[in-house]
Amino acid sequence: MTAADSILHLESVSKHFGGLSVVEDLSFSVRRGSRTALIGPNGAGKTTVFNLITGVFSVDRGRILLDGMNLTGISSHRRIGHGIARSFQNIRLMPHLSTLENLMVGQHCRNGGLAGVLQPVNLLPRNRWRDAARAALIEAGLAEYERSPVGSLPYGVQKQIELVRALMAEPRLLLLDEPAAGLSPPETEALKLQLETICCRGGLTLMVVEHDMHFIGALCEEVIVLNFGRKIAEGSPEEIRANPLVQETYLGAPIAAATERDHAARSQ
Amino acid sequence: MSGYLEGVLVLLAVNVVFAYGGFLPLAAGQLNLGLAGFAAIGAYASAYLSNVFKLPALLAIPCAAVVAGLVALLVAVPVLRTRGIYLALATFALGQIVQAIILNLQVVGGAAGYPVTEFIRLPTIAAVAVVVVLLVWLLFGTRFGIAVTAVHDDEQVADLMGIDVRAFQIAAFVLGSMIAAVGGALYAHHFSFIEAQYFNISLSITIVLYVLLGGTQTVLGPLLGAAVFTLLPELLRASAQWRYITFAAALIVIMAVRPEGIITSAQLRRLFGWKGSRPRQLDAAQLSGGRAS
Repeated sequence: MTAADSILHLESVSKHFGGLSVVEDLSFSVRRGSRTALIGPNGAGKTTVFNLITGVFSVDRGRILLDGMNLTGISSHRRIGHGIARSFQNIRLMPHLSTLENLMVGQHCRNGGLAGVLQPVNLLPRNRWRDAARAALIEAGLAEYERSPVGSLPYGVQKQIELVRALMAEPRLLLLDEPAAGLSPPETEALKLQLETICCRGGLTLMVVEHDMHFIGALCEEVIVLNFGRKIAEGSPEEIRANPLVQETYLGAPIAAATERDHAARSQ
Repeated sequence: MSGYLEGVLVLLAVNVVFAYGGFLPLAAGQLNLGLAGFAAIGAYASAYLSNVFKLPALLAIPCAAVVAGLVALLVAVPVLRTRGIYLALATFALGQIVQAIILNLQVVGGAAGYPVTEFIRLPTIAAVAVVVVLLVWLLFGTRFGIAVTAVHDDEQVADLMGIDVRAFQIAAFVLGSMIAAVGGALYAHHFSFIEAQYFNISLSITIVLYVLLGGTQTVLGPLLGAAVFTLLPELLRASAQWRYITFAAALIVIMAVRPEGIITSAQLRRLFGWKGSRPRQLDAAQLSGGRAS
């Protein structure tokens, strides 16, 4: 992959919390327009990588480049303005705002100057930004929840709202943290189709942290595998499934060994 | 209009202004217990400007608000570094410092108090209160209101959504202080005499209670909170010895029955028949099984 092909590039990134190394000398590139999955066992550092990219944590060593621009010195609230939006592992909507207002929070990075802050989005019934948020809501099939306080909505609907909120920022790079967790199989399928549609429409690059390998296999072209904060494998979903190191990491060494013993016993 | 009624209505208007001074920081998630200090700065600055420079009250009051705003801006940066109970304590200390400085400031009378020559009556005070309520209502109809609520609900996510959390926290703190200063100045110009002791911690706590009782979720909350708080003790005046006991009991009942305040946004939606769909309980129950992760 050449530099021009990659939208995001991590270069020897390390992060420690006290004596605990959470991300260690991690390097990878994400191809522009691709759908890349970041997988690994619990505690592998997947969400930490998202937090480093979005600036929740600063990196201890290394660089993070977005389209060649070094992000490490840019404060977290400015990064979304450079085109990085995300969702969260545990839904984090604003409970005291309605669904529509939550989406308007997503617009803030495009309308946040003094003139933007004083936009009468809630005073006038029709308004460019309000209309845009409502259109996105209708497109996502959530129109009936426009004025509902988000806290009382079903889990799947809240996850949808969080996704649409991130899209309101019109990002180049969308980071989704376990988008399919807790969804029923039909909802997962619908989410896959929705993400494919979004990605096809316009130059969006998608990066997902996910445990559901079927979902990843169906959606993503690239998979990066983390374990203890280090990259242990990278490749297409098929390559990753066949990788013995990944199998061992995911299944656990004793189980992998037991499976091997089973095989050996059966072949005797 | 009887002098008593006018006095009550003036207090009501002043308290409504105070309540909006408390509403702005609370809407951004800050417990500011130093509002009385800013009310004092407003009262004394406005009194001084009208006494010494002969400014008319309606010019002295906005000038006093600007003075209080500048002081608030100066202290906001260090004070807003603290969180939760520490922020409450820091702002409490701030109010005490302002009070102590005024007590020792001979140019405005020190502990003896300060007479105010410019006098304003109920219509002017009521008009200023209406303007304050309208301005806050307009402000919260803009993206500012959404951003401040987002900061209140989840600072980290607000930050990642591109909201400059610090700027909005400072703006809410400074604007709230300016409004409290306007309240203090109105009080000064009507009652014609001010003393530092009036602007004590119990005033700050009362202002916070107006907002918490009325509700921090909507712009109408502080209006109702201030009205209930001002008028209820007056209505109970007939039973002199039971007055405060009844009042305290009423407060406890309100807090127990409506912990989010008398007015909440969900309630307003119901009241005005805004289409707020009912959550589909079935879906929630179905999904909660797979929710743990």
